[in-house]
Amino acid sequence: MPDEWSVVALSLRVSLLAVALTLPLAYALAWLLARRRFPGAILLDALVHLPLVVPPVVTGWLLLVLFGRTGPIGAWLEAQFGIVLVFRWTGAALAAAVMALPLMVRAMRLSIEAVDRRLVEAARTLGARPWRAFATITLPLSLPGIAAGAMLGFARSLGEFGATITFASNIAGETRTLPLAIYSGLQLPGAEAQVARLSVISIVLSIGALVISELLVRRAGGRRAHVL
Amino acid sequence: MSFEVSIQHRVGERAINLAFVSEERLTALVGPSGVGKTTVLNCIAGLARPQRGRIAVAGEALFDTGLGLDLAPERRGAGYVFQDARLFPHLRVDANLRYGERLAQSGRRWIGHADVVEFLGIGHLLGRWPATLSGGETRRVAIGRALLSAPRFLLLDEPFASLDAERAEALMTLVERIRDELAIPILLVSHDRGEVDRLAGRVVTLR
Repeated sequence: MPDEWSVVALSLRVSLLAVALTLPLAYALAWLLARRRFPGAILLDALVHLPLVVPPVVTGWLLLVLFGRTGPIGAWLEAQFGIVLVFRWTGAALAAAVMALPLMVRAMRLSIEAVDRRLVEAARTLGARPWRAFATITLPLSLPGIAAGAMLGFARSLGEFGATITFASNIAGETRTLPLAIYSGLQLPGAEAQVARLSVISIVLSIGALVISELLVRRAGGRRAHVL
Repeated sequence: MSFEVSIQHRVGERAINLAFVSEERLTALVGPSGVGKTTVLNCIAGLARPQRGRIAVAGEALFDTGLGLDLAPERRGAGYVFQDARLFPHLRVDANLRYGERLAQSGRRWIGHADVVEFLGIGHLLGRWPATLSGGETRRVAIGRALLSAPRFLLLDEPFASLDAERAEALMTLVERIRDELAIPILLVSHDRGEVDRLAGRVVTLR
């Protein structure tokens, strides 16, 4: 049993870091795609969605190429900050973050698009500079979408397998998150009970996150109905 | 002078050509629906940009293509009361009123929160959410929010539309008081001849 709890604890830690890493970036991308017309917007949109359509193993391989110890970003991170990501739990978090990004951007983009631009205009005529109008109108009104996106990203991170095992490997206590532990258990004779327990925990955590996300989206929809 | 507007603006197929100078406290902008009256207000408030022209209010130029001048909306000092009010749905009435008040430089404020609340008779609404207000209440709060942002002029877009006769009358009396007691230039968009004849010193027709 303690074994399983350490797997759950590691999974939660990886997923929380992944969501924390992705949240500001996903919101910035969502805002850009929702509110700005610029050359290359379609390309950026495609790039954001890449992890959703490319096989996760390929995403993991790309991460290895870029963030491996000899990769351009990986080598730089190690030289500048002494940060190594491959085969570390932080690397598992990076893999989960990249895989969660498209889902988070989608949820947040919808909520930003639902904020009436005319309210932002009203704020401007009342004396708000663009940044203040964003912080006092767009941001609070899209908050339910941010929370929903975070929950969705969290659920996605909990289930991440392909990119993680490719980039961060399957190291017990370091990168062996729930799906990897289940996979490992399936390779061992006599671990059926452990596999079942881990699977049930996975299902409960994921459904919990999705239900919370759905509730937040509904609350946001209900509030928008009141907007004049 | 109150308003000096000379603009050429094209939105899709529709072209707006408008030039007028008004010295009156309250100027009415009239014309058939869909002709672009609201677009003219948006141009004056800085929410739309004419292709060519000049806009000055109360002697200060806000926009002038000849000079390359185009002030951002927050620097124009427009007290814009939108036809759809645009109260912020996530803020209570009091926070809506204080939104522009907080942003206004204290030296430019010419009316206080308590005065506006009393003037408009909205003291009992301060704790309410915008979604719970009636049409007339919503308009009054929107006017109060605009007044508190220390505006140099007011833009009123069909403020009496879709109100019953009694509410419209009360609000018209209020606009008369703003015109006579607060003495800032007002540009009123309306399609109701009776309203215009009663309130405006000058009528500009947009065709």
